[in-house]
Amino acid sequence: MIDTSSPTFWPDLFKVLLDGTGQTLYMVFFALVFTIIIGLPLGILLVGTERGGLFERPFGSRTAGRIINRVLDFVVNLGRSIPFIILMIAIIPFTRLVVGTFIGSTAAIVPLSIVAIPFFARMVEISVKEVDAGLTEAAHSLGASRWQIVRKVLIPEALPGMLLGLATTVTSIINFSAMVGTVAGGGLGDVAVRYGYQRYSTIHMVGVIIIIFIIVMILQGIATHFARRFARTSVTRGTVRAEASPAASARDAAAERPTA
Amino acid sequence: MISIRSISKSFGSGSSATVALDNVSLEVATGEMYGVVGQSGAGKSTLIRSVNLLERPDAGTIRVAGRELTSMSANELRVARQGIGMIFQHFNLLSSRTVQGNVELALEVIGVDSRDRRARAAEILELVGLSAKSAAYPAQLSGGQKQRVGIARALAARPTVLLSDEATSALDPETTRSILQLLTDINRELGLTVLLITHEMDVVKSVCHSAALLEAGRIVEQGKLVELISTPGSRLARDLFPLGAYQHRPGTTALDITFSGGNADRPVIAQLARDHAIDVSILGAAIETISGNQAGRTRLELPGDLATNSAAIDDLRSQGLLVEILGASA
Repeated sequence: MIDTSSPTFWPDLFKVLLDGTGQTLYMVFFALVFTIIIGLPLGILLVGTERGGLFERPFGSRTAGRIINRVLDFVVNLGRSIPFIILMIAIIPFTRLVVGTFIGSTAAIVPLSIVAIPFFARMVEISVKEVDAGLTEAAHSLGASRWQIVRKVLIPEALPGMLLGLATTVTSIINFSAMVGTVAGGGLGDVAVRYGYQRYSTIHMVGVIIIIFIIVMILQGIATHFARRFARTSVTRGTVRAEASPAASARDAAAERPTA
Repeated sequence: MISIRSISKSFGSGSSATVALDNVSLEVATGEMYGVVGQSGAGKSTLIRSVNLLERPDAGTIRVAGRELTSMSANELRVARQGIGMIFQHFNLLSSRTVQGNVELALEVIGVDSRDRRARAAEILELVGLSAKSAAYPAQLSGGQKQRVGIARALAARPTVLLSDEATSALDPETTRSILQLLTDINRELGLTVLLITHEMDVVKSVCHSAALLEAGRIVEQGKLVELISTPGSRLARDLFPLGAYQHRPGTTALDITFSGGNADRPVIAQLARDHAIDVSILGAAIETISGNQAGRTRLELPGDLATNSAAIDDLRSQGLLVEILGASA
């Protein structure tokens, strides 16, 4: 038990929570960066290599496109179906290879990225699929290259949907970052386990829950704000969800995954 | 300017394949406005999308401005498309960009720097009458304004050819007229060659010099409108002057008389009454301005059988009028 009457209790609590928050934000931030860098092109490639897609015939071969599409789809499904706690342990050799250790916040970025990349790739795929095929066609008629179409048409037009998908992704990264705490990954999850669970400190537990809640709310708020700003489909506000309802429901469905 | 030579296209394969285009050939002269009419499913859309190879035909060749598109590499085709503007039924504007941004897209694609882009976009928006809306987003525009942006985008890179894929089909009649007027002005001022497809004969009638009728993937009739209207049995000409269905009455002879050019203002009916002492009834009439010329068609009913009226009919024909006998009592 922790002595709550000790004069150092409050400063200690504050420091523990602050450090935990710092580590969580550090893990989440870098995992998010890698997720975007790898997940965005992956999602675009998933749509592009489909039948009638922009990259239907890489290297001039429809078969190559089909193979790439199948492989990516398989990898994404695989990544999304393995429960995180198993994935995290299973890839320890890989984590050690990349970071040099599998303990600590930096090491935790590896499994967090790996779990979030396929998740975000699906979100990107859904958003890009929502872009009217007529826009791609119009860009083709202007003589745009495939790269120009991706950069100037698909990404800007899918941006509102992708931002909402990103918010869901961040939430699940935060979710998983807490689980990393159980295997010495640090962060708020670690605080919850070591103080809240092992030392029965309710106040630590409550503190962790409040902080995580606040972080999620802030990030979700930011994402929704920008999604609205970039969605020019309607002059009135608050229509992003309604406009993208098939994507939104698919996104909600995608958010349900085994978490333990 | 546009030369389509025996192109064919079918979708699907095996027994479920549907033929969209069956050995279609078409020539559009430089500076001409050419309309292809046909019902839904006739293959119009496939035809126009074949011109810039958004849809690649299974067989046949496409030439635009003397260059064969069908044999080009992907890269050459991309460059060639920059010289072929296209507008769409549903406008296909980027919702994430302003009007100005949408027009500039066409210029970004060809690598124009930002200052020249802005100047050219302003210039072309002025031409389509949308300068005031350059900072608006497509969601804030009406259908007609969106199509003007579509036209501005299509013209920004100074193409020599404009393809119009049912550009006015989603617009109300008044907006349709203003868009067609704009296309006519552009055709005249910029000398742009325009190929348009539509299911509305009115569109062809008001702006086109030439037309083709597409049916089940085949061209059943084509030519200059002024020639078509003096072609006996022309279905395009019949659609240009809709006179309705004809119901034969016993003991009468019915005629469709087509006037065009110089004989449009002859007092035919008075002449029939005076010279042949026939009591003419008018069943219907339509007058249109086609390619700048007055032309019209009148449906007359004459009492008596064909033999009784043959002298009068010969007389009309000898004046250079196109006379078609719709029905006569023997």
